[in-house]
Amino acid sequence: MAEANYRELSINGLWKNNPAIVQLLGLCPLLAVTGSVVNAIGLGLATVFVLVTSNTSVSLIRNIVSDTVRLPAFVMIIASAVTCIELLMQAFAYELYQILGIFLPLITTNCVILGRADGFARKNAIAPAMYDGFIMGVGFMVVLVVLGGLRELAGTGALFANMDLLFGPGAESWKIVVFSNYKDFLLAILPPGAFIFTGLIIAAKNLIDARIKAREDARREKPVKGAKRVRVTGTIS
Amino acid sequence: MALMRVTSPHAHGPLSTARVMQTVLLACIPGVAALTWFFGYGTLVNIAWACLVGLASEAIALKLRRRPMGMYLKDYSALVTATLLAIAMPAYAPWWLILVGVSFSIIIAKHLYGGLGYNPFNPAMVGYVVLLISFPVEMTSWAAPRGVNAIEVPGLLDAVKLCFVPGSVDAVTMATPLDLLKQNKTLAVDALWQQNPQFGRWAGVGWEWASLGFLAGGLWMLYRRIYTWHAPVAMLASLTLMAALFDDGGAARSTGSPLFHLLSGGTMFGAFFIITDPVSSAVSNLGRLVFGALIGVLVFLIRSFGNYPDAVAFAVLIMNFAAPFIDYYTQPRTYGHRQGGTASRKGAP
Repeated sequence: MAEANYRELSINGLWKNNPAIVQLLGLCPLLAVTGSVVNAIGLGLATVFVLVTSNTSVSLIRNIVSDTVRLPAFVMIIASAVTCIELLMQAFAYELYQILGIFLPLITTNCVILGRADGFARKNAIAPAMYDGFIMGVGFMVVLVVLGGLRELAGTGALFANMDLLFGPGAESWKIVVFSNYKDFLLAILPPGAFIFTGLIIAAKNLIDARIKAREDARREKPVKGAKRVRVTGTIS
Repeated sequence: MALMRVTSPHAHGPLSTARVMQTVLLACIPGVAALTWFFGYGTLVNIAWACLVGLASEAIALKLRRRPMGMYLKDYSALVTATLLAIAMPAYAPWWLILVGVSFSIIIAKHLYGGLGYNPFNPAMVGYVVLLISFPVEMTSWAAPRGVNAIEVPGLLDAVKLCFVPGSVDAVTMATPLDLLKQNKTLAVDALWQQNPQFGRWAGVGWEWASLGFLAGGLWMLYRRIYTWHAPVAMLASLTLMAALFDDGGAARSTGSPLFHLLSGGTMFGAFFIITDPVSSAVSNLGRLVFGALIGVLVFLIRSFGNYPDAVAFAVLIMNFAAPFIDYYTQPRTYGHRQGGTASRKGAP
């Protein structure tokens, strides 16, 4: 394959081909655990770790494994990486591990990871594969954190609660109460809130894309005064 | 010039959207009057504030969607949604509760799905359910009806104060009859009625008259041919049938008599004002019969065996999901064809 373009990889992972809001992959964890920022960061970090590890390993063995058995091999690699991160979280963030529950092992089935392994890592050298895993993971995590922040803010009126679950006792004071005397808006924390806020984020992204496109179109086609239109009578005033 | 997308049939009836909506608003009057007499001015304050919020939300949504504002604001549809939601909410609801509910109904449940005529779910009921699952305490604290205890129902000024400065005036809240019946596990029904002053002649004090008021308004709308009789009659009949089947004559586990179910909570209001929404219900007459009957069954099942005391909103939303499915199987016979087929028949677009 041609030389990897890191700039393009970054734009793809973070915006143009964002796994969460453009490819709509991995929606199960996206919808299930984003009730708060700390859950989102926890699962996001785990996904980044798994993506980098699996992409790197898949790229390493890309010339050894034959095409016919590649998918079981990839799944095995991903499952091992997930087991690693599960054990790590049990060791260092046990309470968060308990909150994330089944969704941590379920990272194995996250389509983003197998998709990147099969679609990118098996055709590319180690360095770009590793970078692609990292940037796709970050793109996924950013959406998770934004969604978690919106839902936590709308649901409880505060942000960054319980951060000590992930960052140690020093993070207990990170909680910001945005609206004091706020009635908890349960809907935002319950599953319907996840769907509604994901939809709103996708809508916002489409809106920004449309604005960008309109601006580029306007820049590209600057009409010259007095020039004739193609196949149209009359002139531009 | 604004080009409107209009679907068939293109024949004009004498009723415009605005006239239909006005009729619905007028038909609310008897029920609202009963609610106001028994619970004080709370419902009226609810309606006034909800209508303001409704018009503002409608204007914001129309502006964002770049739709002609005057035409849609004048069709009263936002007012109807806001009024129906305000009636369904407890009297003396705090201002923010109404703000959240009405703006959610209009902006998300109505305009995000494409505006008037395109919403698959009844907007007022979506707003109600959002509030009920988000703020269960506020949504289930009903004021005590007039004559139940020594304290007078709040006056107009107190009602406004209660809405905009929640907790500023002492008001007595009480469990509704449906709540009491649901929580009761030990008393026989006769004893329950004697011990709790909320129970009236047939159902709850106040509730029975409000229900009869909504029944009267609904019958008037039937007379004006705003909708057909199929959905309301099917709903009331199936609810009566279910209650009669499960009625055990007033033991402690009783689920309530048919008359109690008909005149409690939102039964009449739902039957004549909610499930008759032409947009989110089934289309054909047979479809409406099925739609209404299943709502009646669901209302009884959720009331008697579910977690929430009243069930009209949940039942309506579940059946809104099913309305396209019902339509698919209840297509009427088209003129010149022998029998109604399904939409997937050969030659259909």
